[in-house]
Amino acid sequence: MGPLARRRARAAWWFLLPSLTVLLLIAGWPLLRTIGFSLTDAYLGDLENYSFVGLDNFILLSQDPFWWQSVQNTLFFTVASVALELVLGLTIALILNVALPGRGVMRAAVLIPWAIPTIVSARMWQWMYNDLYGVFNQMLMGVGVIAEPIAWTADPALSLWAVVAVDVWKTTPFVALLALAALQLVPRELYEAARVDGVHPVKIFFRITLPLIMPALLVAMVFRMLDALRIFDLIYILTSGSPSTMSMSVYARRHLVEFQDVGYGSAASTFLFALVALITATVLTLGRAHLTREVRQ
Amino acid sequence: MRLNNILRLGLLLLCLSPATLVRAATVSISCGAVGIELEVCRDGAEAWAEKTGNEIRIISTPNSTTDRLALYQQLLAAGSADIDVFQIDVVWPGILHEHFIDLKPHIEPERLRAQFENIIDANIVDGHLVALPWFVDAGLLYYRKDLLDKHGFGVPETWEALTHTAATIQKTERAGGNRDLWGFVWQGRAYEGLTCNALEWVHSSGGGNIVDDRGEVIINNPAAVEAIDQAAAWIGTITPLGVLNYEEEQARGVFQSGRALFMRNWPYAWTLVNGGDSPVRGKVGIAALPRGEDGVHTGTLGGWQLAVSRYSGVRQEAIDLVRHLSSRREQKRRALEAGYNPTWPELYDDPEVRAAHPIAPTLRKVLAGAVARPSDVTGRSYNQVSNAFWSAVHATLAGKGDAAGNLALLERRLERIRRHRGW
Repeated sequence: MGPLARRRARAAWWFLLPSLTVLLLIAGWPLLRTIGFSLTDAYLGDLENYSFVGLDNFILLSQDPFWWQSVQNTLFFTVASVALELVLGLTIALILNVALPGRGVMRAAVLIPWAIPTIVSARMWQWMYNDLYGVFNQMLMGVGVIAEPIAWTADPALSLWAVVAVDVWKTTPFVALLALAALQLVPRELYEAARVDGVHPVKIFFRITLPLIMPALLVAMVFRMLDALRIFDLIYILTSGSPSTMSMSVYARRHLVEFQDVGYGSAASTFLFALVALITATVLTLGRAHLTREVRQ
Repeated sequence: MRLNNILRLGLLLLCLSPATLVRAATVSISCGAVGIELEVCRDGAEAWAEKTGNEIRIISTPNSTTDRLALYQQLLAAGSADIDVFQIDVVWPGILHEHFIDLKPHIEPERLRAQFENIIDANIVDGHLVALPWFVDAGLLYYRKDLLDKHGFGVPETWEALTHTAATIQKTERAGGNRDLWGFVWQGRAYEGLTCNALEWVHSSGGGNIVDDRGEVIINNPAAVEAIDQAAAWIGTITPLGVLNYEEEQARGVFQSGRALFMRNWPYAWTLVNGGDSPVRGKVGIAALPRGEDGVHTGTLGGWQLAVSRYSGVRQEAIDLVRHLSSRREQKRRALEAGYNPTWPELYDDPEVRAAHPIAPTLRKVLAGAVARPSDVTGRSYNQVSNAFWSAVHATLAGKGDAAGNLALLERRLERIRRHRGW
C-alpha cells in the first residue's frame, strides 16, 4: 500500500468513527449486556444483585421442549413467509414494470399493507379470522367451499399458516418495491438484443432479468429473513402464547418480562442472536459466491 | 371551654376551604375494560375527584390478564410513576408486592375484619397489606333456561350430565334448523383464564390443585387426568375448536348472540347478557359449575384489588382514592349498578343488593366453596407455574398428546421450576 492509499484509509477511519461509536453504544452495549446476563441468575425486579451461574441457563434451555418447538416454529415461519414473499413480490414487480396506464397509482396502492402498523393489521386480521363471526368463514361458507366454520387461529394445524399469511400480506410490498427498483435499472438494450436474436421470453427472464436483479433480491431476502427470525408482534396478537405458534422472541420475552427471569431470558435472546448471525453470514457468503460465479461465466 | 370553641372554629374554617389549602392532585388509576368495567370505575373515581377537588386520569389496560400483568411488570420494574393506583388480580400480590406500599397503617383494623377473611389474607405478603380488595369473582355456569325447558332437561349437576345435555340439545336444535348452536363455551386460549377453567375441572373432580399448601406438586393424579381428558373430548363435539383462542369476551360474544347453550364465565357477564340489547335477555340462568362423579361444586376464586405504587408522586391522594373505591358504600353502588360482587359479606344480605342482583345468594354459596390458585405458596414463581399448567392443558385440548402424558411432563417441569426458582 502506497503512502497515499494509507493516508486515505486513515481518513476513512476518521469519517467512520462517529457512526461506529453510535453503533457500539446503541447496539453493541445492549448486546454485550444481554450476553453477560445470560451467564447469571439475574431477576428483573432487582437487577443489582445477581450471581454468576456459568452455562446453567443454556443447559436448561437445551432441555426445554417448548424452546425447541419455538425454534422450529421460527425457522418454519421464516422459510415459508420469505419464500412466498419473494415469489409474490417479484411477480407484482414484473407486472408493475410493464408500462400500464395508472401505474403510479398502482405502485402507491400496493404499499398500503406495508404502511399499516403491524399491531393494527394483526388486530384487523384477528377479527377476519374469527371462527364464528369472521369474514373469511362467512365468505367461504357463502360460496359453499366449506360446510363448517374453520378456527383459523386456534387449530394447531392452521395457526402458523394463518400467521404466515398475514406476514406475506404485509411485507410482500416491501419485496415488490425493491425488485421493481432493480428491474428499472436493467438496460433496455439487453432486451432489444435478445428480441432481435429471437430468444424466448422465459429464457430472457432466467438468463437476463433474474441474474441482473439478483443482488437486489438477495438484499431483500436478507432483510426479510432478519425480520422474520425475530417475529414477535404478529404472533403475540394473533395467537398469544399458544405453544404451536410460539416464536423464539415470544419465548424470550415471556421469560424476561412475564417470569422476570432475566438470566434465562437473556440466554434465549443470545441463542436467537447467534442463530440470526449464523444464518445471515451463511446466506451472504453463499450469495456472494454465487454472484461471483455468475459474473465469471 | 373558650379554647375549645376557637379550635372548633379553626377546624371548621379548615374544612370549608380545602381547595385553598390542598393543591389539587392528579391521580392515575388503571382500570380493567372487560364489559362495562371501565365506565363503572370511572364513575366511582370521578365521584371521589369531585368530592376532594382532585383530578383523575383513567388508564385502560389489556383485557387479557396475562398481558395486563406483563404491562404492570414492565412499568413497575422501570420504577415508573405513570400509574398511581393499580387494579391487580388476586394472584398477583406475591409477584408484585415489592412495588406497592404497605396499606396497613392507613386502614382501620375493623374495616379489614368486616371483609372476607380469605381475600384479605391473599393480599398480605410478609405481614404487609399490599392491596385492598375491590370485588370478588368465581367461575359460574351460565345456561339457557328456555332451551333446557324446551327439551326437558334440568340444570346439570355433574360434568357428565352437562356433556350429555349439551350433546343432545345441540343435535336436536341443529337438526331443527338452529345450525350455529354449540353446547358449551369457555376460555381455552393459552393464558391465565385457562388455568382458572382447568383448575375448576380438576378440583371439582377430586383432583385437588396444581400445587398443595405445602408446596408439593400434586397435579399428576388419575382424577386430574380424567377431568382434562374429558374437556379435550368436548372440543369439536359440544365446544367449537375456536375456544382454544377464546378469552372471556369471545365466549360471551358466542353465548350472548344465542349460539351456545352453556357458558363458563365470571359474574360480570350476568349484567351484560341481560342488558337491553342482548338477544338472550331474560332467557339465562346461572348455577354453580358442575362437579365430577364423586367431587364437589367449585369455582376458581378470582377478584381484583387496588394497590398504591411505591413510585407514586401523589401517595396520600392515591391512598385516599383506594380507601374510597374499596369502601362498603362504593362496593354497594358497583353491585347495584353493574353486578360486581362486594368483598363485604354483609352486603350479600342487603335487601337492595338482593333485589337488584338476584344471583347474589348463588354466588355467596359458590364463593364459600371456591378454590384458590396456588399463588400464595408459589409466590413470585406463580405465573411460571400457571404458564406451565395452561400450556400442558392447551396442548391436550389441541390434541397434542393425552392428559396422562402431558401431566407427567408438567410434573417434571414444575419440579424443575421449583428446584431452580424455589417456592
